[in-house]
Amino acid sequence: MPVSASVLALPFMQRALAAGILIGLLSGYYGVFVVQRQLSFLGIGLAHSAFGGVALGLLIGVNPLWVALPFTVVVALAISWVTQRGSVSGDTAIGIFFSIAIALGVLFLAMRENYTADAFAYLFGSILAVKPVDLWVIGGVTVMTLATLPMWGRWAYATFDRDLARADGVPVRRDDYVLAALLAVAVVAAVKLVGIVLVAAFLVIPPATARLVTATFRAMSVVAVLLGATTAIAGLIASYLFDVPSGATIILVQALVFFVAFLTRGR
Amino acid sequence: MATPALSVTDLVVTLGDHTVLDGITFEASVGDFVAVIGPNGAGKTTLIRVLLGLTASDGGVVRIFGRRPSRADAGVVGYVPQVKTLDRSFPAPASDLVLTALHQRWPGRVSREERRQAVEALDAVGAAHLADQSLGTLSGGELQRVYLARSFIRSPRLILLDEPATGVDISGAADLYELLETYQADHDATIVMVTHDWTAAYHHATHVLLMDGAPIGYGPPEEALSEDCLRRAFGHIGHAHAMFGGAP
Repeated sequence: MPVSASVLALPFMQRALAAGILIGLLSGYYGVFVVQRQLSFLGIGLAHSAFGGVALGLLIGVNPLWVALPFTVVVALAISWVTQRGSVSGDTAIGIFFSIAIALGVLFLAMRENYTADAFAYLFGSILAVKPVDLWVIGGVTVMTLATLPMWGRWAYATFDRDLARADGVPVRRDDYVLAALLAVAVVAAVKLVGIVLVAAFLVIPPATARLVTATFRAMSVVAVLLGATTAIAGLIASYLFDVPSGATIILVQALVFFVAFLTRGR
Repeated sequence: MATPALSVTDLVVTLGDHTVLDGITFEASVGDFVAVIGPNGAGKTTLIRVLLGLTASDGGVVRIFGRRPSRADAGVVGYVPQVKTLDRSFPAPASDLVLTALHQRWPGRVSREERRQAVEALDAVGAAHLADQSLGTLSGGELQRVYLARSFIRSPRLILLDEPATGVDISGAADLYELLETYQADHDATIVMVTHDWTAAYHHATHVLLMDGAPIGYGPPEEALSEDCLRRAFGHIGHAHAMFGGAP
């Protein structure tokens, strides 16, 4: 039996691949808005905010994912709310809230009796860490994303020019909250596999690569989604074969594709 | 009497503790071409934003064909923004931007019929050849035509333009007035345009609103652009000599 087939027969590998493909699709999709709105810092901020939620989950003995989900969504909405009030820039709001979340996370971890290594798995991601319950969460995020697909056109319009979209009656502010919440959920769903430290790259590199090779926003969206999924598969298989961390491997594959595109197509 | 296309009464807008608009009052009938003129910081762009429903007023009444700006039908008002606000990194051909005006969202799949409509709208402003060109590569003048096509495509009855001639060369600006006047004649449309170009306002507008936060003059160009009014708006009339001294 060839190596690739034997890899696919392993249940944990099947879970990791399923998770990787879905996360790749989701982050490619949301990432196009992150990249075009120049919000890559938001991706980093939300991922690190998830750390606060994970640490709280570890402290109170609940599956960290269930705590990180609402925790990160609240941070995302808070960032949007503060930004929309206009007196503080989005960049600053992200900087404030993600520092608070990390500080809380550090406190929560310190309050634990036995300081264990399980926080480490969340920081850097693990191919072995994806449990069936995580797949359910990722599946849930995928369903939510499919349900909100009709909002793509409005998000894209507001991404191009907020005022133009608002003048046309698009509820830009409400749409922004929905996008921020979904982005937070997608980030948390990716944390187990990719790791808190690296998850933002998922939102940035495939869409940035797609931007280099496409001329329309819809093509950029489609290519980013496909790149997200295919690089996840390639990276996961490489990570298994060479016995190296999954998240980091996927991102290096994504970066490789980006630089090939940049050097051949970039202006 | 017919409902005016646009009526603004005692409009007040404060941003923070700064009163940006203070008692602006004017009325435009169907077919009027109103040029809004004033020094930098006079609140001209804020006025356009209020008319678009983007900025809330703190006092006064604004009606577009008898309705509040936020309640006006999307198809009634066409908006031509400043060319310089364009996000040049956004990947899109010109035809996609034109089509946003049809459905109030960014176009996903473009049907053959929509494509035809976009090209037709671009053709009407002499820009059919730009349909597939990337927005990021367009010059100021080309981009302005695309924005014009975008606003014309849904046949608005009121067109709001915010400094459309800024970043556009002189021949492009001349084309702009011609295109606007042709559209206006065909559709009986009303035009409100913020501009720095006094000469153009003098020659093309039916009415001029001269303002500096507060209204200074409103009426036919020769009245609103009187020496007295200009001195009150700008503190001097240096630029006006050329205009009154026989501009082209």
